[in-house]
Amino acid sequence: MTTKQLALVIDLNVCVGCHACVTSCKGWNNAGEAGPLTDQNPYGADPSGTFFNRVQTFEVGEFPKTETVHFPKSCLHCEDPPCVPVCPTGASYKRAEDGIVLVDYDKCIGCKYCSWACPYGAREIDESQKVMKKCTLCVDRIYDQKLPEAERKPACVLACPTSARLFGDIHDPESEASRAIREQGGYALMPEWGTQPANHYLPRRKTEKHLHADELVRHDNPLKVDGKLPRPDAGEPALDDVTSW
Amino acid sequence: MNPAWSVVLFTTLAGAGQGLYLALFAAQAGGRLLQAGMAIALALLGAGLLASFFHLGHPERAWRAAAMWRTSWLSREVIVLPAFMALVLAYGLMPGMALGALGAVACVALFVCTGMIYACLPFLQEWRTPLTIVNFTLLGCASGLTAAAALAAWLEPALARPFAQAALVVGALAYLGRIASLARNARLRPKSTLATAIGVKHPRIRQIAQGAMGGSFNTREFFHGRPREVVRAARWTLLALVFPAPAALVLAGPGSAPLLAAAFLLQYAGLLAERWYFFAEAKHPQNLYYQSIA
Repeated sequence: MTTKQLALVIDLNVCVGCHACVTSCKGWNNAGEAGPLTDQNPYGADPSGTFFNRVQTFEVGEFPKTETVHFPKSCLHCEDPPCVPVCPTGASYKRAEDGIVLVDYDKCIGCKYCSWACPYGAREIDESQKVMKKCTLCVDRIYDQKLPEAERKPACVLACPTSARLFGDIHDPESEASRAIREQGGYALMPEWGTQPANHYLPRRKTEKHLHADELVRHDNPLKVDGKLPRPDAGEPALDDVTSW
Repeated sequence: MNPAWSVVLFTTLAGAGQGLYLALFAAQAGGRLLQAGMAIALALLGAGLLASFFHLGHPERAWRAAAMWRTSWLSREVIVLPAFMALVLAYGLMPGMALGALGAVACVALFVCTGMIYACLPFLQEWRTPLTIVNFTLLGCASGLTAAAALAAWLEPALARPFAQAALVVGALAYLGRIASLARNARLRPKSTLATAIGVKHPRIRQIAQGAMGGSFNTREFFHGRPREVVRAARWTLLALVFPAPAALVLAGPGSAPLLAAAFLLQYAGLLAERWYFFAEAKHPQNLYYQSIA
């Protein structure tokens, strides 16, 4: 637990489902060092393509008591990734130094077994290159010394207009990501499989004003006769409720 | 899951080849029967191997798949399969007890590897049972024994009847095993729900959008997309053809090569349906994220 584990923390309370993370991810990873990230028939009748990140939308509850949840979904970089040990070639691996789960595209034979071994459906085959692909946490950008330090973050994090995506080392208790998980109820997806996802989600939170009965009553007006106070003289300070007569 | 014909063909063809090898080794067959049997077992295994290559995106890199045998059952299978094929060839050329026993060990190891590829995935609950390995083994042995009976009726009639009897016994056991797994899987309750998938504790959650209007790898690989009737038909086909129909043919002509050959073909067709259903029946938890397109 002392080594680094980079991860995303996604705040579902803030996500507006704009897909900026999807397009920025596609843009960076299509043109970056690891690209291209191919599409099939992108402008045709039956478009398809490989994505590292997708934003899905769910409706919780039953009309009229419903709530819309936008749900960005990408590789969770599990601490115990079930996709890695099943890989027959060693193309899928988890980096010891920062916990990122990666695929070596030159070793992948395209057997798809790792995608079967991922309960989250986070891996997608590139139908043109015939190798398995998945979120890299923009590994080709987060360590790039040529970029200003503020930009050494995954493309999706930089693109998010509502700052719903936090990026950091979740093994460092003082990182922004760790603090968000700890203080805002961060949770993991499908905990029942013991995969220990590194990525966490922050729950929807409702800010409701609870008015108690005594808050509706003016305790500083014991006669309950608002408006019947004697009019102060014109020269008096007119601080209603503060001064008394 | 969407059944891949490459894998359906590989597991059934290799299973029959393995069963045939075990049958001929157990009977200590010799002469023309042994040579023809080993040739056919090799052909079945080779055809299965060829089919399996069609599953790969990069078959030219298949040699790399032997690397991770410490952790991956698929890698173990990739090592054991050619080793077993070499032992089948060697046993056919120079039959001997030690060599044959080594081949039998490799044969059983191959059954275990193939079964464990599926049984080791914890969240594919339909596969996560010892019955997966038991059924792959018994069904392979049953079809191999039927093939051995047909071959013996043609080349060494004295062995046809014992092979036919063994095929009936092992076939019945395999049938019971498969019915047991069907019954088990019918009662499974999925551990994952939409509530755990997106982490919202509410019994009523429905998907509105899955992030793409067209399909994706996730919708093509994990959904068979066939109507319920097709799946039901596959189940009835496997229930009829894996054992009852070939058993009737075997009983009708335990010494007749054409009838036994027909029994093998019928049983093999049943095994294709069985393996197709094996994949189609498995519900991957990732499907929770792909319930509706838009």
